[in-house]
Amino acid sequence: MSDPRDTPAPYWNSYKAGFGLGLVLLASFLLVGRGLGASGAATRIATYAVHKVDAAAHGGTEAEATSVAKKNAYLGQYVKGPGDPLDDFLVYLLVGLLVGGFVSGVLDRRVSFEITRGPGTSARRRLVLAVLGGVVSAFGARLARGCTSGQALTGGASLALGSWAFMMSVFGGGYALAYFFRKEWIR
Amino acid sequence: MNPIAPVAKIMEWGPSTQVLVAVFLGFGFGFFLEKGGFGNSRVLAGQWYGYNFAVLRVMFTAVVTAMLGLFGLYYAGLVNLDLVYVNETFLWPQIVGGVIFGFGFVIGQFCPGTAVVGAVTGKIDAMAYVSGFLVGAVLFAFGYPLIARFYESSSMGRVLLPDVLHVPAGIVAFAVVLMAIGAFALTHLLDRKLGNA
Repeated sequence: MSDPRDTPAPYWNSYKAGFGLGLVLLASFLLVGRGLGASGAATRIATYAVHKVDAAAHGGTEAEATSVAKKNAYLGQYVKGPGDPLDDFLVYLLVGLLVGGFVSGVLDRRVSFEITRGPGTSARRRLVLAVLGGVVSAFGARLARGCTSGQALTGGASLALGSWAFMMSVFGGGYALAYFFRKEWIR
Repeated sequence: MNPIAPVAKIMEWGPSTQVLVAVFLGFGFGFFLEKGGFGNSRVLAGQWYGYNFAVLRVMFTAVVTAMLGLFGLYYAGLVNLDLVYVNETFLWPQIVGGVIFGFGFVIGQFCPGTAVVGAVTGKIDAMAYVSGFLVGAVLFAFGYPLIARFYESSSMGRVLLPDVLHVPAGIVAFAVVLMAIGAFALTHLLDRKLGNA
């Protein structure tokens, strides 16, 4: 018998969760003058990591980094001074995202080490596909200059043309490929 | 009445206030994503395989809520839209990037924000997705010279749907609301047809 205190609470009604999310997005527009984003922080973290590895490989001090990150045509735009790549709205947003998700999970007893996967797949296969999906998504998000939050939600709500094109393309691409991965999720 | 938003620009908030506000907004962002079930890849996969439409419902509800708030306050004269950053359009990179992102979504059954929420609630597949995403971000940066021309192509600047459709923003917003309601109705119809709980 499971103790009800250990049973996860049900998820919220989607419209209620979506309304809450929409208010946060609106607050972001009204308070800071820009929307939300999740993938942009990854670029800053990547820049920071490349910078650190670079410094370590060249004597270990920050100052001696031969600036692989700085010279990189893409990462270079995020390196201006020391500590710069992480001093960004999107990185602070990510800090909040980590805490907010965790707090909600704790309150609803949903924090547990597990691999969420479909009925027809092995844990190992699920993890391999998750990593692969992450790599592919990163390419898509960087090319489009944003992901589901930075483009679809934020650009969608501010009626940006390219963001709507992005949103429709995500659904198009997703449904086009879904057939080939159906055995992972449905019997 | 003068616009009162965006507050940070009109009040000239300092960096520490902005950091605090960003963390606070991120908190709400993560909180509602987790409440909606987005830390679990099974919920997200339901969108593609027709057994759970939380993705579409949460997403469109959020878009409509923020859109009505933003443009409503703009029409009321309380928001200076010129000071609100609107994603610039690079049409083809966004279309191709969107398709690739859709592929990644279906392969990994997460997107960046949802994976972060999954990872902090202990979901190991979400941690796997996040690590893949970080690797992908580095790979993209080093492969960037190969695609730089395409990345910068079809640059249109700040273009809103009302600009290209030549109708007022209010009409576009109304159409978006109708589309969202239509999409919600469709998902409920599908739920009944497919026998979803």
